[in-house]
Amino acid sequence: MIALIDYKAGNLTSVKKALATLGAEVRVPDEPDDLADAAGVIVPGVGHFGATRALDARWTEAILARVGEGRPLLGICLGMQWLFEGSAEAPDLPGLGLLGGRCYKLRGGGVKVPHVGWNSLAIACADAAILDGVPTGSQVYFTHSYVAPVTGDAAAITEHGEPFAAVVQRGYVAGVQFHPEKSGDVGLRILENFLALAG
Amino acid sequence: MLSKRIIACLDVRDGQVVKGVNFEGLRSAGDPAALARRYNAEGIDELVILDITATLEARRALGDTISRVARELFIPLAVGGGIRTEADAAAAVDAGADKVSLNTAALADPTLITRVAERYGSQAVVVAIDAKRESPGSDRFAVFSRSGSAAAGRGAVEWAREAESRGAGEILLTSIDRDGTKAGFDCALTAAVSAAVSIPVIASGGAGALDDFVDVFTAGRADAALAASIFHYAETSVRALKAHLRQHGIPVRL
Repeated sequence: MIALIDYKAGNLTSVKKALATLGAEVRVPDEPDDLADAAGVIVPGVGHFGATRALDARWTEAILARVGEGRPLLGICLGMQWLFEGSAEAPDLPGLGLLGGRCYKLRGGGVKVPHVGWNSLAIACADAAILDGVPTGSQVYFTHSYVAPVTGDAAAITEHGEPFAAVVQRGYVAGVQFHPEKSGDVGLRILENFLALAG
Repeated sequence: MLSKRIIACLDVRDGQVVKGVNFEGLRSAGDPAALARRYNAEGIDELVILDITATLEARRALGDTISRVARELFIPLAVGGGIRTEADAAAAVDAGADKVSLNTAALADPTLITRVAERYGSQAVVVAIDAKRESPGSDRFAVFSRSGSAAAGRGAVEWAREAESRGAGEILLTSIDRDGTKAGFDCALTAAVSAAVSIPVIASGGAGALDDFVDVFTAGRADAALAASIFHYAETSVRALKAHLRQHGIPVRL
């Protein structure tokens, strides 16, 4: 069972539908305790970093406990940014802190912000399991203004006026800045890779 | 590099796609889900369902149409036409729409833009602007509501700016002068609005030849271009259009 965390940051219909298409059993837990038997955890989300305030100490603890047991965790869009230490969008609010670095707003400068539409991935880490079968040049659908920095955890990089981390993976913790549920076959492949990690 | 998007619009009435789709040997061309499947296979970047159903009664079927189409695709889906309240927006999102397009109701009460954006995020809010040159050759563009029938008393550039400041995530800009003419997009209108806002502008109205798309992405500074009939009629395949754009140095998703 894959646990999909609903912290009221956007609609989960599309993510649920994509996972169901891939044959996953998905549950939206009401309580952090409901995560106990999750084979994998997905933190989706769009919008303002402030929305992650709803992921309080109890949720954080439950999610970290699963990661500690080697259960894979996937952050999507805002959910990926939450994996880092924090974001300039809500400077006082800490992120989960599993990945080093802080998120910041795209500078723009000749390109429009927000970054909306299909853009390409440059694979930075060829053996990242989350990107199995996804070549450089694959296009995925983005909609965001804030980005995560390119660090050693970046598995794929995208350019929009500046390079940023489009995919991150560190052990069983992965994140995607784009929306795999809206990114056609490439996106489904990435979700499938996550399900494979979850066994 | 960010690709220029090609968006197909399905005008739906009583659950069926209208605007001349009843030939070309497409067995189920009138069925929105069948067309969505075809466009998806051809590489369309996004779909818009525009509900032009006349009666409230029949509009209840829209949710069913949206969910049937949404089941077919894993690309962004926007729904517009007759979204007047937050409840209408919620019904479309619950049925599987990623974005809702607001037009007449947003002009009547611009706070609707903010309310929907606060609930679903700006990325889910498209403000559709139907604009017309104040006189032929004029570079002033007046906004019209109620499917282009009522002057809204606003300029297109000014309204686009206001929509952005109220939380719109994208502008869907239709030239009433060009709509249905196949004479090309109104690049002056598109460029004026695109330069005035930092959110993406989707150009609509007038798509005919492949070069019309080249023009709107260069001179028109559009971020995306929308067309309906040229795709339905299979005059132009999405793939051929994108190959043409790439040849002209325009970044597309192939």
